[in-house]
This record gives sequence, structure tokens and C-alpha cells, in this order.
Amino acid sequence: MTNERPTTLLAELTHRCPLHCPYCSNPIDLLRAEREIGTEDWKRVFTQARELGVLQLGLSGGEPMIRKDLEELAAHARGLGLYSTLVTSGLGLTRKRAEALRDAGLEHVQISIQDSDPESAERIAGTSSVKQKQAAIALVKELGFAFSINVVLHRANLDRVGEIIDMAADYGADRLELANTQYYGWGLRNRAALMPRREQVVRAKEIAEERIQRYKGRMQMLFVLPDYFEDTPKACYGGWGRFYIVVSPDGKALPCHGAYVIDSLEMPNVREHSMEWIWHESPAFNAFRGDSWVKEPCPGGPDKAETAGGCRCQAMALTGDATNADPVCSRSPYRYLIDAALLESEGPAEYVYRQVPAAPAAVPETV
Amino acid sequence: MVAISLEAVPRLWRLARIEYDPARRRPVLLYPEGAVLLNETGRAILELVDGTRSVARIAAELSERYQTDVTEDVTEYLSRLAERELIQ
Repeated sequence: MTNERPTTLLAELTHRCPLHCPYCSNPIDLLRAEREIGTEDWKRVFTQARELGVLQLGLSGGEPMIRKDLEELAAHARGLGLYSTLVTSGLGLTRKRAEALRDAGLEHVQISIQDSDPESAERIAGTSSVKQKQAAIALVKELGFAFSINVVLHRANLDRVGEIIDMAADYGADRLELANTQYYGWGLRNRAALMPRREQVVRAKEIAEERIQRYKGRMQMLFVLPDYFEDTPKACYGGWGRFYIVVSPDGKALPCHGAYVIDSLEMPNVREHSMEWIWHESPAFNAFRGDSWVKEPCPGGPDKAETAGGCRCQAMALTGDATNADPVCSRSPYRYLIDAALLESEGPAEYVYRQVPAAPAAVPETV
Repeated sequence: MVAISLEAVPRLWRLARIEYDPARRRPVLLYPEGAVLLNETGRAILELVDGTRSVARIAAELSERYQTDVTEDVTEYLSRLAERELIQ
């Protein structure tokens, strides 16, 4: 049980996506369309989440525009008083659909940008996308949505962070999120190709800080540092099961979009359980609440309360045990794994592109 | 923190709106990727932030309503929201 109420629900409506970004936070085993839960399931989830205290809804994916019921889901969310953000690549955001979403009461659109250099942007996305994104941005501005741009930063685009920020300002973004790659799912698979050099990160941080001041009052900016370059782990969304719920395309509820990797926990499914039960009662959401589970070297450490033991998903993905200290911590016996990964920045930058598996071949008929 | 001036005429950030949260039984200020729970004082102040009243006038109206000088509370509260760019 917990006295806290969740504030944010990230609805991963689908894993299908026209882009193939190598840093995608979706799990390696992407779900095909037939595994996705239906419109009524999602509406029930939103209603129950609102009753539980959720205020912010992310309509995300994959590419949420692929869902034909997106407008209906957005209208339902607005009716509940939720503040919704559409997290999109911009592909599929036609005038007709953008107007329908506006009429449904959608307030905020977040469009991803891969790079300021078009050629590099399309190499990162693994597909042609720059022109469609520009058209989508123009529509979002014209229709008066609150408008954010988000950019995942890594070795191939960090040196252009200044140009990327200026481009976002020229596009008229109200907000810009610059997030250094986090190594989960496809991001972890592609870590060697994405890992920046330390001097790139340091320089980018200086440039971002200067631009934050320059664009103050016009565009809000958020620069999320890569935790691999720090000595103290990041607190996972303020702590496991404290504010955040993710629901996957097939209805699994997770405390974090990286929690797929923790296979020792059975993530509860919204088709079988209420959001109330999932939040308060499910073993998965209770597994790492508080700090009684924290092992050495953390107990009594000065950072424990602040970071709530660091990231469970990272501990699992890198050390094979979700109860270990986050290996980013300088006192973790596994810190060497992070230090070794930092050296990967010297390697080649060949991406393994994100791909939903093709339908299994039909069994050939025996004649 | 820079204090907001008494002559300033604040308005809510274009992207923020006030919603009542039945789960917490409190008004809440919602905006992209964020939320601020409001107490009674906060709501009373923000209800008067409409892009026409100055800080001085908001403070005067609330001081009269509460029969005590709340100017300092009002400027401090609005300065904090301005710092977070939630009012302009």
C-alpha cells in the first residue's frame, strides 16, 4: 500500500511506428497490432487512472497516430479533466486528424526531431521523415496546440545541439526537451553506436545552459544529463511506484517504461485488474517502494534517500539483479560496467534499427 | 528570485489551466508535463490573475477580503510562479 497518488499515466497505445530510431525505449520484443488492447480497454484505464489521481496523460507509442481510435481516446481523456500530451513523430498527423484532435480537446503535442541536419536526421530515424515533420509542426502551430519538441541526444547529434535548439526556437516550440539517450530496450542494444564522448557531453551542456538563458520567456528548455557520466544514480521518476504508471500496448501496467526487463516481477494486466488494485496492491508496484529492499553499498549511504536506490531497470539490465544498487553509483561494485560502456564511444556507429517483427509466415498448404 | 513588481499585470501561462482534482479534493494548475496543487490562498490569488488586474490590485482586493494586509504573501506567491514561468 502507499499513500501517494500517481500523477502521470503513459499510455503506450502501440509499438507500431514508421520510424526505426535505434534509441527507442520500447522493449526489444515489439508487439504486433493483434496484441493491442481495444478502445474500451483504454477508456476504462483512463477513467480508473483519473479516479486514482492521475492528472497528466501521455498518448504515446510507438507512433500513436497509427491508432484509428486516437481522437476518441483524446476526447475521453479531456472529458475526465486529464491534461493530455500526444507524443508523436509527426508522421500521420494530417490536417484532418489534427483538427479532429483539437476538437477532441487535446491540448499538447510533442513532436520528436532527430537532428538539425536533415541527412543525419533521416539516418537516425532509419527512414525519410523530415518533410513530414515540418508539415506536422506547421499544422500544430496553426491550430494553436501547446507545442513541445523532444530530441534524444547521442554521439551523432550532440555536436549540433546549438543548431538543434535554434531550430526548435525557429519552429516556435513552447518547450524543448533535450534528453540524452537512456540505455534501455533498443537504446541498450545500440549503446556502443550511441555512446557520446565525455567532451561532447560537457560542451553540449555548456551550449544548452547558454541557450536556456537566451530563450528564457520564449521557449522553456529541459536538458537531461546522461546518468552514465555522473557518479550518483538518478532517482527513477522520484521512486518506484510513486508518481508514474506506464501501460503497454497489450495492457501490461509497469512502474516505468524500462521495467519490461525485470522478468522476476509479473507486471499486472489492465484486462485482469483495476488500476486501483494495480497501484495499491500489485506485487510489482510494491516491489521497490520505500527503501527496505536496498542492498549494500546503499544502506545508510548519504544518497539513499535522494535517489531512492537509483534505477531498478538499469540494475536489472546491467547486473542481472533488480535489487542491486544502480551500477551508475560510484560505490556500486558493478560501476566498472558503466566505465567500460563509456569506452564504447570509440567504436563504430552502426545502428540496429528498431523493427516490429513481420507476421509469421502462413503455414504452406499441403497439396 | 526576482520579486514581481506591484505594477506588473500578470496572466497565466497560455498553456496552463486550473482544474479541480476530485481525487485530492484540491484545485490544481495543469500545464504541459506538470501540475501544481493549489491551496485556498493559491486559488484565491490565481482567480484574480486575469491579464487585466495588476499585482497591487490583486493584493488590495484580497487584503480587503481577508481584512488584513496580504500584499507580501501575494507578491511572494506570484514571484514563485513567475520564476517557474507559470505566469507571465
